[in-house]
Amino acid sequence: MSLSNQQLERYSRHIILKEVGGKGQAKLLNSKVLVIGTGGLGAPAAMYLAAAGIGTIGLVDFDAVDLSNLQRQIIHSTGDVGKPKVLSGQETINDMNPDVKVVAYKEWVGSNNIMDIIKDQDYDFIIDGTDNFPAKFLINDACVLSAKPFSHAGIIRFQGQTMTYIPGKGPCYRCVFKNPPPPDAVPTCSQAGVLGVMGGIIGTIQATEAIKYILGIGDLLNGYLLTYDALKMDFRKIKIPQRKTCQVCGESPSINYLQDYEQAVCDL
Amino acid sequence: MRIRTNGEEVILERSVTVEELLILLKVEMPEYVTVQINDEFIDREDFSVREINEGDEIEFLYFMGGGEN
Repeated sequence: MSLSNQQLERYSRHIILKEVGGKGQAKLLNSKVLVIGTGGLGAPAAMYLAAAGIGTIGLVDFDAVDLSNLQRQIIHSTGDVGKPKVLSGQETINDMNPDVKVVAYKEWVGSNNIMDIIKDQDYDFIIDGTDNFPAKFLINDACVLSAKPFSHAGIIRFQGQTMTYIPGKGPCYRCVFKNPPPPDAVPTCSQAGVLGVMGGIIGTIQATEAIKYILGIGDLLNGYLLTYDALKMDFRKIKIPQRKTCQVCGESPSINYLQDYEQAVCDL
Repeated sequence: MRIRTNGEEVILERSVTVEELLILLKVEMPEYVTVQINDEFIDREDFSVREINEGDEIEFLYFMGGGEN
């Protein structure tokens, strides 16, 4: 695919990078990234992916924009309150970059639809921007079972963490955390609060991982959990091993189908 | 005995198990934390028997769920 003059100008700061070039930019324009959750993490991730010229961006969210979202979910504006988040996100991206095709899925992910959503556009990379453990484990298992790379992340208060799963190259989320905690055992942002910028920092790291994966450059966070403490202004990259006994990616996996875990009542 | 937990040096006066260390350091949500010693995951069933040794590099990994709402 050859780039138009407008594209050469729009992406000139990418193209000048020897690790990207015109060829790399064409790869980005031909790539497809699925962003599950268009909130604190998914909003900034999707915006940077759109600006970078990722050709197809899938947005999954059943929710509508709430006034309390606007402190951090920068893809949505004041006039979007009450509008489905995927529609608001689609409008922002369309305004930002006409090169991007947005596919909106106004749904919650569950065991019944996640495989179909991933297969719908045969996405190259998946970003987990969800806020609850049933969804995080579901995304992990779906990506492991369908051999898709994905970026996990979580944020709360002044802390964040992220890791990248690459099929056959290191641990999955379940290697580290095994099973979801019981509903309500671990606080969510709506209960415990979160500094608005946390999603920006961690979400843009997720977007960076997606872009690097598509370009095939640098080192990814597979085999590492990156943790960030904003109060201490401290990043730590913790090496994590693959668990041979992992229920989904281990040597003799017991999970070969998707399951829905119980959701904390306060999140519903 | 000197060890490191989440990158910070900790001095222990006596040898302890993982279970005792979680209490001693007042680790949050000890029932859900993932414990890694020297790049190896420690099974929860072993917390009460696995002793901490001089120089161990210990990581407490926490569930972090937020991000969407």
